Amino acid sequence: MLGEQSAREGVDLAERPPVGAGMPPTDIRNPDYFHKVVDCQWACPAHTPVPEYIRLIAAGRYTDAYMVNWRSNVFPGILGRTCDRPCEPACRRGRVEAEPVAICRLKRVAADNKNDVAAFLPKAPVVKNGKRVALVGAGPASLTVARDLAPLGYEIVIFDSERRGGGMIRSQIPRFRLPEEVIDEEVGYIVGIGNIETRYGQRIDSLKALLAENFDAIFVGTGAPRGRDLEVPGRKEGGANIHIGIDWLSSVSFGHIEKIGRRVIVLGGGNTAMDCCRTARRLGGDEVKVVVRSGFEEMKASPWEKEDAMHEGIPILNYLVPMAFTLAHGRLSGVVFEKVAAKLDDKGRRQLVPTGEPDVTIECDDVLVAIGQENAFPWIERDIGIEFDRWGMPKVDANTMQSTNSKVFFGGDSAFGPKNIIWAVAHGHEAAISIDKFCRGENVSTRPPPMTTLISQKMGIHEWSYDNAISLDHRYRVPLRDQAVSLKNLKAEVELGFDRQLGYAETQRCLNCDVQTVFTRDLCIECDACVDICPTDCITFTVNGPEDELRTRLQAPALNLTQDLYVSDALKTGRVMVKDEDVCLHCGLCAERCPTGAWDMQKFLLDMTHASGKPACQRA
Amino acid sequence: MTYLTKPKLHHPKLPQNELGFTRRDYEGAVSTLCAGCGHDSISGAIIQACFELSLPPHRVAKLSGIGCSSKTPTYFLGASHGFNSVHGRMPSVLTGANLANRELIYMGVSGDGDSASIGLGQFAHCIRRGVNMVYIVENNGVYGLTKGQFSATADKGSKSKKGVGNQDSPIDMVSMAVLLGATFVARSFSGDKEQLVPLIKAAIEHRGAAFIDCISPCVAFNNHPDSTKSYDYVRAHNEAVNYLDVIEGRDEITLDQAPGTVELVRQHDGSYLKLRKLAAGYDPTSKIAAMNYLQERHEAGEIVTGLLYLDREAEDMHDRLGTVPTPLNALGEAELCPGSAALAKVNASLR
Ligand SMILES: Cc1cc2nc3c(=O)[nH]c(=O)nc-3n(C[C@H](O)[C@H](O)[C@H](O)COP(=O)(O)OP(=O)(O)OC[C@H]3O[C@@H](n4cnc5c(N)ncnc54)[C@H](O)[C@@H]3O)c2cc1C
Ligand SMILES: Cc1ncc(C[n+]2csc(CCOP(=O)(O)OP(=O)(O)O)c2C)c(N)n1
Ligand code: SF4
Ligand code: SF4
Ligand code: SF4
Ligand SMILES: [Mg+2]
Repeated sequence: MLGEQSAREGVDLAERPPVGAGMPPTDIRNPDYFHKVVDCQWACPAHTPVPEYIRLIAAGRYTDAYMVNWRSNVFPGILGRTCDRPCEPACRRGRVEAEPVAICRLKRVAADNKNDVAAFLPKAPVVKNGKRVALVGAGPASLTVARDLAPLGYEIVIFDSERRGGGMIRSQIPRFRLPEEVIDEEVGYIVGIGNIETRYGQRIDSLKALLAENFDAIFVGTGAPRGRDLEVPGRKEGGANIHIGIDWLSSVSFGHIEKIGRRVIVLGGGNTAMDCCRTARRLGGDEVKVVVRSGFEEMKASPWEKEDAMHEGIPILNYLVPMAFTLAHGRLSGVVFEKVAAKLDDKGRRQLVPTGEPDVTIECDDVLVAIGQENAFPWIERDIGIEFDRWGMPKVDANTMQSTNSKVFFGGDSAFGPKNIIWAVAHGHEAAISIDKFCRGENVSTRPPPMTTLISQKMGIHEWSYDNAISLDHRYRVPLRDQAVSLKNLKAEVELGFDRQLGYAETQRCLNCDVQTVFTRDLCIECDACVDICPTDCITFTVNGPEDELRTRLQAPALNLTQDLYVSDALKTGRVMVKDEDVCLHCGLCAERCPTGAWDMQKFLLDMTHASGKPACQRA
Repeated sequence: MTYLTKPKLHHPKLPQNELGFTRRDYEGAVSTLCAGCGHDSISGAIIQACFELSLPPHRVAKLSGIGCSSKTPTYFLGASHGFNSVHGRMPSVLTGANLANRELIYMGVSGDGDSASIGLGQFAHCIRRGVNMVYIVENNGVYGLTKGQFSATADKGSKSKKGVGNQDSPIDMVSMAVLLGATFVARSFSGDKEQLVPLIKAAIEHRGAAFIDCISPCVAFNNHPDSTKSYDYVRAHNEAVNYLDVIEGRDEITLDQAPGTVELVRQHDGSYLKLRKLAAGYDPTSKIAAMNYLQERHEAGEIVTGLLYLDREAEDMHDRLGTVPTPLNALGEAELCPGSAALAKVNASLR
């Protein structure tokens, strides 16, 4: 029965699909491919290696976890309490179970439990490189630029009209969400690098004048400092009790305001409105209401911010448009609202249209207007080579952060309008790279590639150097301070943070998405063992085809188009291996079951390259 | 094998069957077999077939003998009845169980060693009695559990992992099953679920002795280049005569393929099997044709797979014995022990 012809040859004769009919094999050498699989890291504007720090927390290595964060996002203690967390909606756990990993609050676990990190922080070199850079504004964007450039020998001068650094982190975010010590600590780590001169209390009133001071580059990180006003009848007359949200919050932060009326209306549905209402609740507002034009779901505030406000007994009233302020005895007495409903117009867009019902008047003693934030650049002359668009925003290159005056760079809220801290940090890193290249005469538009490593985690037949068991626990809640205390004290932090035990349990929910399933076509014997064991039906062996068609005939249809298919080259039977990355648990069972090691679990670590002070060819 | 249990988390779009179960609900404990063993794929196919048929797991009984293959019932249908008998004795335990309660679905899982060596006699008699069951032999040509000695199904000339050739003639269990009177006989390959799953479903639905010889490579001891039961060899020599679709009650019966390539086979109970024919002219309902074809293709060095023989007029052991339909455990004392008058009557009839 055994002919000359070997079995292998016989199989090679198997029919193959016509060339070009299917998807090309996936190029896993492209750093973006595996980076995208690490959903959280990909979604993080600063590309923090999330699963890496989560594993370090699980191992009790809090300081190391903190430093992994610090290198990427600069403010782990601050962000661990306040980040907008774009990583969490992206987290794969949320697609296989009810809720994502509490990525943000785990960051705080690292910050709360770390040891002294002084020894790990960079220091400015004794020999400077002779270049001077001015940073306008001391918010997170500027501070990130300072942190990236000072260790390279740059001399940094930071200007801010306020008396202390931190920008809106200090002036806007209320202390019950973010204690002042955390800000002092993390701003201190940066200023402590050395070679950073802080000119606090000094407002820049003319960029032209600053340019004349012969800095080698200027970074504008002045944020979006103007709160939008509400021009309706009664605004002027009631003015004494109508406050612009962000101005009021900073006055509270800096101790200029210590109380508010008993009945307070907060207008607006964003995060600023949530901070306003909760702050008012602590300054004497017993009856605080948030009133929003839109529906509850469409509000701009993050779901958890809304939850926190409601948890403090603050009702959120929707579909009410403010029409006028009412007065009694020359003093604000209430707000008149028109009732609206959401309807789709003929183009399918949502519109708020009056319902025709009678207007509602809500009585109040004070109103906080939190309906939006704007940029304002009255201090930037229009004849210094910086072009502005018709909305009054500077023209800034989204990759390099450079303006049309090659010496001037923007970042944070000043670049593209109000965002959040983590975006300010990401902009800061990019701007620092550009400034460094600019000062060395390099082309700023060639960007340094990220640093990546891909290393097998195999330790033994069933042993991996990561914990591949899958926890079935649901998301843990962060313990809160008793409201009897927290609602009375503006400075009492509401969230107590996870303790080590809870933090550990939460770390176990992470799926280790950076431990990649790497497939070696030549080793596969097409035994199907991986297909059978995979708990989430990720793997299929089938004939190749165009992507949209292939997606429909996998072990489970691959309907999430944001997630890639990993496709191998043709196997011996002519079929290909197709893995839908969507809901892979990174449990490693495919690799444990594979008799030939065709699957391996390999850790993909991607670190963004920051400013280096060296030409590309000399970088390590 | 793996030390981890398979995580409970599953694909969010995992379909449910008529009973509201997902395929994952038909799984068993995590397998302890060697990684890549064909037997695990067969377990996967059984899970898939039972899921698709919406079988209530507690209506299934899994019985097996000794061997890696015979261990597999632990790895599927974790909520079903099970009996792990001694080596080669699964058929008689299954026969006994079926006599006592014909209402369960019986699935006998065995190996080539378990059924073609020590259990050959048991296999033969169970088949010829027409016990209503699915009898699957997970055929790897070796005694996997005892480290790879040739089994009775190993082909003459095929070599062991150490290079020693097998001198003895192989037992072809498919030909034996046809000869012995099995009314549903198929061969398949663990690496071809498209063919295997519908065969298992049809075998479950078949009333009578259904036998499936499933070639199932032993990755540890019989997957080398000179083996005739390796993944590569079986793929290269596999000649599928047909692929099957099981037509379930609610499915519409349509013939969408070119005439002559699809055939509907009506079974005794009125149900249909849809055959997508690959070997033109192969008629699985003719015993003689089947026997001829099997021998002929064997000579040519091919491994014939598919539904090879089907007796449309199948009957089972209970039909022949005229036994009481009610399971013995559901009979009351009065029926089981009808009293001395009834005994006297029986005795009188024999005088
Ligand atoms: C109420 C509120 C709550 C928020 N909560 C969160 C949160 O929980 N999480 C989050 O991620 N983000 C939050 N944000 C947004 C976040 O604070 C900002 O996106 C972020 O601080 C922007 O950073 P930045 O570096 O661009 O500038 P900013 O932080 O705005 O700092 C700009 C600095 O520049 C100074 N400055 C401005 N003009 C001049 C000038 N001409 N001369 C000198 N100095 C000047 C200002 O004094 C200020 O200190 C919140 C914003 C508000 C308003
Ligand atoms: C009575 C008896 N004799 C011998 C054995 C040793 N033994 C255990 S498994 C086995 C062969 C199993 O072969 P097979 O049925 O092909 O199963 P596989 O492991 O190959 O799947 C033998 C001979 C035994 N357990 N009991
Ligand atoms: S690691 Fe492998 S077995 Fe586990 S979910 Fe991902 S593809 Fe499936
Ligand atoms: S388990 Fe390994 S050898 Fe088997 S099909 Fe999967 S990748 Fe291929
Ligand atoms: S020894 Fe062979 S038959 Fe047994 S589990 Fe391993 S591969 Fe399967
Ligand atoms: Mg065997």
